[in-house]
Amino acid sequence: MPSYSMTEEERAVATSQMTGGKHVDFRGGGFAPKPHRWVGLVVFIALVGIAEWGTQSGWISPLTLPKPSDVLQTLKQLYSSGLLFEHLIPSLTRLVVGSALGVSVGISVGVLIGLFSYIRSGLVPLVAALFPIPKIALLPLFVIWFGIDEGSKYALIAFGTFTPTVVATYGSVDNVDRTLIRMGQSFGLSWFSIVRKIVIPGAMPGILSGLRISLAIAIILLVAAEMLGAEYGIGAYILEAGSLYDLERLFAGVMILSVLGVLLSALIGFFERRLLDWRA
Amino acid sequence: MDIRLEGISHSYGDFEVIRDITLDIPDNKIVCIVGPSGCGKSTLLRFIGGLERPTFGKVLQFGEPPPGCLNPLTYIFQDFALLPWRSVSGNVSLVLEDHGIRGAAAREIIDDVLQRTKLHDFAQALPRQLSGGMKQRVAIARALAVKPAIMLMDEPLSALDSQTRELLMDDLIDLWSRQPFTAVYVTHNLAEAVRLGHSIVVLSRRPGCIAEHIEIDKPLIERHFGDPDLEQYQKHLWQSMREEARAADAELLND
Repeated sequence: MPSYSMTEEERAVATSQMTGGKHVDFRGGGFAPKPHRWVGLVVFIALVGIAEWGTQSGWISPLTLPKPSDVLQTLKQLYSSGLLFEHLIPSLTRLVVGSALGVSVGISVGVLIGLFSYIRSGLVPLVAALFPIPKIALLPLFVIWFGIDEGSKYALIAFGTFTPTVVATYGSVDNVDRTLIRMGQSFGLSWFSIVRKIVIPGAMPGILSGLRISLAIAIILLVAAEMLGAEYGIGAYILEAGSLYDLERLFAGVMILSVLGVLLSALIGFFERRLLDWRA
Repeated sequence: MDIRLEGISHSYGDFEVIRDITLDIPDNKIVCIVGPSGCGKSTLLRFIGGLERPTFGKVLQFGEPPPGCLNPLTYIFQDFALLPWRSVSGNVSLVLEDHGIRGAAAREIIDDVLQRTKLHDFAQALPRQLSGGMKQRVAIARALAVKPAIMLMDEPLSALDSQTRELLMDDLIDLWSRQPFTAVYVTHNLAEAVRLGHSIVVLSRRPGCIAEHIEIDKPLIERHFGDPDLEQYQKHLWQSMREEARAADAELLND
């Protein structure tokens, strides 16, 4: 067999000719976002710090922004007086009942749209027509239909979470790998088994990311609903503080909403990790 | 159980893909179907398993599937079609659950098929942790679990690199030698066809019809990588297909 490799001398000569070379420029960096958890916290603390310093030293007037320390004080009072839970519990009840209704009906309808062409043809235009309606505008109507009490608030939140959930669900059912469904059919799985074991788990990532949007909308609508005819609730609390121009209490209420949003997002993140651990 | 295709023709609208194919699938033999791309070989396989209906002609079944057979016509797909959210044993158990086989009975079958496909150490692994070759072995194990009368293999090794392909061909020969099964094996790879096929059906370019049907008598167990007899067959097949393949390659895609 002929030898294709270089002898030692040849290689030495080749190497000596190659000294003094120039490095090839590296140009492959960037475009790869990495999580840095602490940066978010630093930004938050810095913003609050600036606000505190500005209000203390006086170049931010008390009418522009309340002192963060005062807001914290208000929150503490709210907690120690027991008023916090008097507002929080009705709000959470409305949020849970309303969004549970909207999300469960939304997922069911979304799956049906994804599976049956007649339902799809009938309901997709309807959902498209309902989606852009600002649900808050319908609140007076809901008050007539469901009463001024809890009913109209549940309905508003349910309706508001329903449309984004439907759209996210049927979109993700459409994206379930058809070859997997084919496979299920080829092994003689029943229709119900295919839906339960292939379609629903396959659509789960899309449904959960739709849920993030739906639940954020639920919080927005909760406050809107409570601004109309509610004695207790975070929304009522914020409205009252706003009309009295009590900025500390207004910000305290807003803080509670933000925390609620972060907690809900973390809850969905938890479910994502539990249910979608099969993804890389 | 035997299968016969009788006068199968198929068109999508005015677009004729398959013309008048009549073919017998004998018991315990592997029939390879080769042909240029777009000749309708995968479509033909979908007809055999009842996933699609031909425009003309029929697929007939003779005799009953053997006792204990849960899914007589069972596919193995090119892209494996494993559920990514189920472990290896979960994927096998999926096809047993609908037959009411659970618990200890299911475990017994799963252990057996994973043993036969050398996967017993990976029963709890998720598909994303497996290499392509392992994924296809899971799909083979899943197919074996339902004790098929006929395996319908749609380019099962085409998504794998060539070394893995060699390994899996050895595995398939091994499986067949220990317990012969009937299979229709669709591929565009002539080397696979001559290694695994007891008979090889060559389809012509679209509209696909049978251009040639050859038998290879050499027992599977004696066929090895680089076998000169097989290379003769392969050369012959390539020569008869070459022009067709070239013409098929130059066609515009209509679908």
